[in-house]
Amino acid sequence: MEKSTEVELRHIKKCFGPVKANDNVDLKVYAGEIHAILGENGSGKSTLMNILSGLYAPDGGQILMRGEQVSIRSPKDAMEKGIGMIHQHFKLVEALCAWENIVGGMKNHVLLGKKRVLAEIRTLCGKYKLQLDPEKKIYQMTIGEKQTVEIVKALYRGAEIMILDEPTAVLTEQETERLFEILREMKAGGCTVIIITHKLQEVMDISDRVTILRKGVSVDSILTRDSNAERLAELMVGRTIDISVPYVEMPRNRKEPVLSIRDLRIAERGAGEKLKINRLDVCSYEILGIAGVADSGQKELCETITGMQKATGSVQLKGTELIGMDPRAMMKQQIRIGFVPEDRLGMGLAAGLSISDNIALRSYRSEKGLFLNKKEENIQAVDLIKNYNVSTSGGNQAIQSLSGGNIQKVLLGREIDRGADFFIAAYPVRGLDIGASNFIYEKLNEEKKKGVAILFIGEDLDVLLGICDRIAVLHSGELMGVVEAKTTTKEQLGLLMMGQKLEGTEYAAN
Amino acid sequence: MLRIERKTDGKFLHQRIISVLIALAVAGIVIAICGYNPIVVYREMLEGSFNSVYYVQQTIQKTIPLLIMGLGVAVCFKMNFINIGAEGQFYMGAVAATYVALNVSGPPSAVTLLEMFVAAFLAGGIWCLIAGFLKSKWGVSETLVTLMLNYIAIKLVSYLQYVLWKDPKSLGFPKIANYPTDLQLKSVFGIHAGWIIAIILTVFVWFLLHRIKLGYEISVMGANERTARYAGMNTTRILLLTSLIGGGICGLAGMIQASGVEHTLNDQMANGMGYTAIAIAYMAQMEPPAILIVSFLFSILLQGGAYMQISMQIPSATGDVIQGIILLFILGSEFFSRYRVIREHKQKEEAK
Amino acid sequence: MNDAALFFQLSVQLGTPFLLATLGGIMCEKVGHLNLGIEGMMMLGSFFGFMAGFLSHNPVLAVLAAVAGGAFGALIYAVITVTLKGNQTVTGFALTIFGTGLANFLGKPYSSQIMDSTVSAALGVHSIAGLSKIPFLGIVLFSQSLFVYLSIVLAAAMLFYFQKMRFGLAARMVGESPGTADATGINVDLYKYIHIILGGALCGLGGAYLSLVYVPYWQDNITAGIGWIAVALVIFSGWNPVKAIFGCYLFGILKGMAVKFQGISLSVLGLKISIASQVMDMMPYILTVVVLILTAIAAKNRSVGPASVGKSYFREDR
Repeated sequence: MEKSTEVELRHIKKCFGPVKANDNVDLKVYAGEIHAILGENGSGKSTLMNILSGLYAPDGGQILMRGEQVSIRSPKDAMEKGIGMIHQHFKLVEALCAWENIVGGMKNHVLLGKKRVLAEIRTLCGKYKLQLDPEKKIYQMTIGEKQTVEIVKALYRGAEIMILDEPTAVLTEQETERLFEILREMKAGGCTVIIITHKLQEVMDISDRVTILRKGVSVDSILTRDSNAERLAELMVGRTIDISVPYVEMPRNRKEPVLSIRDLRIAERGAGEKLKINRLDVCSYEILGIAGVADSGQKELCETITGMQKATGSVQLKGTELIGMDPRAMMKQQIRIGFVPEDRLGMGLAAGLSISDNIALRSYRSEKGLFLNKKEENIQAVDLIKNYNVSTSGGNQAIQSLSGGNIQKVLLGREIDRGADFFIAAYPVRGLDIGASNFIYEKLNEEKKKGVAILFIGEDLDVLLGICDRIAVLHSGELMGVVEAKTTTKEQLGLLMMGQKLEGTEYAAN
Repeated sequence: MLRIERKTDGKFLHQRIISVLIALAVAGIVIAICGYNPIVVYREMLEGSFNSVYYVQQTIQKTIPLLIMGLGVAVCFKMNFINIGAEGQFYMGAVAATYVALNVSGPPSAVTLLEMFVAAFLAGGIWCLIAGFLKSKWGVSETLVTLMLNYIAIKLVSYLQYVLWKDPKSLGFPKIANYPTDLQLKSVFGIHAGWIIAIILTVFVWFLLHRIKLGYEISVMGANERTARYAGMNTTRILLLTSLIGGGICGLAGMIQASGVEHTLNDQMANGMGYTAIAIAYMAQMEPPAILIVSFLFSILLQGGAYMQISMQIPSATGDVIQGIILLFILGSEFFSRYRVIREHKQKEEAK
Repeated sequence: MNDAALFFQLSVQLGTPFLLATLGGIMCEKVGHLNLGIEGMMMLGSFFGFMAGFLSHNPVLAVLAAVAGGAFGALIYAVITVTLKGNQTVTGFALTIFGTGLANFLGKPYSSQIMDSTVSAALGVHSIAGLSKIPFLGIVLFSQSLFVYLSIVLAAAMLFYFQKMRFGLAARMVGESPGTADATGINVDLYKYIHIILGGALCGLGGAYLSLVYVPYWQDNITAGIGWIAVALVIFSGWNPVKAIFGCYLFGILKGMAVKFQGISLSVLGLKISIASQVMDMMPYILTVVVLILTAIAAKNRSVGPASVGKSYFREDR
């Protein structure tokens, strides 16, 4: 018996500037099922769900509910139609109680009626076997409890269709199990659940059907029980590799470990391990890529190496132990690591200052005496602008008035000019056009030829497969394996990124 | 439909000058509504500030404490340390200077003046450092702490004036003894020597903010604390030093005012100048040369206002009204340099 | 016994302008706006109330004018900090400079004029029948001016509003996390405007109490810094309107003691300790600093007071 279509998205189009986030996407979700949406970064899955939940308006296409076309122009519209969305970053007010969050903003009774609300919450929790202390304050709750509050909030407002965005990204194993039980209860209670994920295990464990998105297009929609890991991986990342990114081959015998990681662990209260790397080396004359969906531990890895994050284990840079040092200590010990962070204006640069001032950020300390050597700084700035082709009126221009590509060039130039033996580039070409991206690849390859060990964190598999020698894959903070870039397949990478451990890839090529 | 988005290239100076002009016009309208002729009012203000050598001297004399406190406040603001305690730091500096002036005798007056100077700097500096320390240790809001410290300082001065240091020779009138004449700042060109100190301080603060490493660290920390820490800066040290220096400079203003103008210590000395200095620093965007100009302009309002009250029976509060309106307009106009207003066409619904 | 009762009666009166100003401050901060312009709004309310009462001999008009005066100042602050996203601290300052200046400026012709007696009497002391016969409390709490009763009622109403009404909850959400409030469909800007203006109205009432009843003649700077102290009292009362009552009356007691006794002498453990009135005047501020420190330590990483106080809300920043 054919189930009725609860929600259908037809020919959805959404562009952000030149980027086609959703290109003619179709999605059919049947009533009472748990439907997974699988895709890597940039696949358009979040955009699609934001459209369904009213945060974005589509440029084209229709939304149908139970066969009838509807218009959803705001989160309120979505809520009225019974669609509740639970974001990855919770929208809760920390200082208030759970019940206040659940009922806040609703336009029904003038008097809050705490007793009535508490009773209604209790009934709701009983129906779906949810555990919640409504009078507890949010800031006192664990992440799992906060998620439960979000779920109850959506149910309380009449949601029959629940969308969860990467819900297990921040949960421990037990909490994930609990969540799955809750989802099963909701399904039994008549709700329809859509879950956005990149985790293979989740898809297999909990979903009835799965739709795969890739680069803004819906690739396929299949019954979970009819699929397997390999098929899903291949659908998620595709098969062909588009190599237009320049690669430089360096002789193997010159490669020596520059950065050595052993038993690295970052534990977090109540949320499992944020980072777990047993063994990883980055060698000279090589570019090691880090692949993985967003928030897989890349940021934590970078911050641990550069001293901004505490961790246990060992991270050695040419024999010097980095664990236990903060940036100041590193500076005192003359440890130099080139670092282009993901958050450019937030961490790498000072937004309100000029180009020249930003360039001086790493080197001002070495200037003699109390005074700043402005002349020296100006020369540095002029040199950098020339060498890196930065399009600007001069060193005194405010850095935040430059285009994204030029900001990145300044950052890259400053870091490369430090002459470090080890370099981290985190998403270095994000948001840049082809010209600027190629420029950056070339500069990185130049450094590689000089013997620098480079860690390249990226989200585009084509780029990683093109420029890297080896690729390490992170999933939920854990190092899944390291593969040779020139002999691996996208499917292999896809499986690793989704959490599948593969034979023989654990410490490949180390 | 109007939409706003952030701009990245703000042209601050044009905006501010236009705002000031509009503000003056609006203030003129307000004055007119209240029954006074705005042109006469403005003219009288300028006359009262410039019409004779004496008046010019008075205007410059009023500029001095505003300028110095503006500098002190600017140092703190540059680091995003919202110090609104200039008034209190002013008073503590005056207290320390007075203590030295009235209790130390023996060394030549030049040495004593130097001691007064140092004492005032330390007193004002420590008063602000309290807030800096509390912020670095426990994250306590410096805005509220410095505000509270203002009141504690004023009450302390009252206590000294009415009780502890009350001059028995003043025949029951609550007053602290006058400074010995050789500890009162001498006149140079008709204005007490404080103006020389003020100019030196202006240059000093400019150097501090633009040419010295600490000033660079202050700028970076003020722009983005995370970046500062990542660059390896000792953010705690910078915070403590900045609060000490900023407060110390404000303390100096107190010493200069006590020694050069009041020749004593009393609890009416600051008269809200500390708060005006904050407005000045903000308007001048923490740049010393601009602070000099803006404090001079504000003292025209002050001096002009005082003159008008005497000569024309127009309340001196006019100066405050104009000040307030100018400040409000500048604050409001910031919006236009930081954001762009875009007209958006409503997207037509697709009904296929 | 009667002396003590009269003393506490005075304390309540002394505390009332503080209470009204503090309530105004709480109203504003609950939606995330630190308003250092309380003094300016009080002055505006004080003057416009005085002028209206003086010219019209009508107490109702006087009160309405006071409310309008305070609200007007608040409106300026709201436009600049909510719509134009201006810096809250400095705007509050500017408002104080402007409001105080304007009130002093306009008030010059009325200098030392005494408020119309019809108005003062109408708004002044009215003993509540029956309750005012209770010994001690009858004098302290039930033989007071309308302003006193109003301030207590308003404080209780505010607490009820914030804790038990959906608009109050929405307002608290706006102050704690405007982004979250926005996501649930609450009109953040509208809530901010309404509460800031209401806060201004309360401050205006506080100022009016002085010029219409307590003093009741006009003089320059009639509010004499009460608005600044209110900023401290908002924190001291933990942003809780009913706790504010106690904080402000405690303050009134301290002030009363300072006035009456010119300082106090205590015998503690056989030692005679003299505390000058100025030192006693310092007490509220020192206490507030202590409260600030303790709250900061207790809160550890969370913020003290409504979380978004001081920050401008810009939706696209999400």
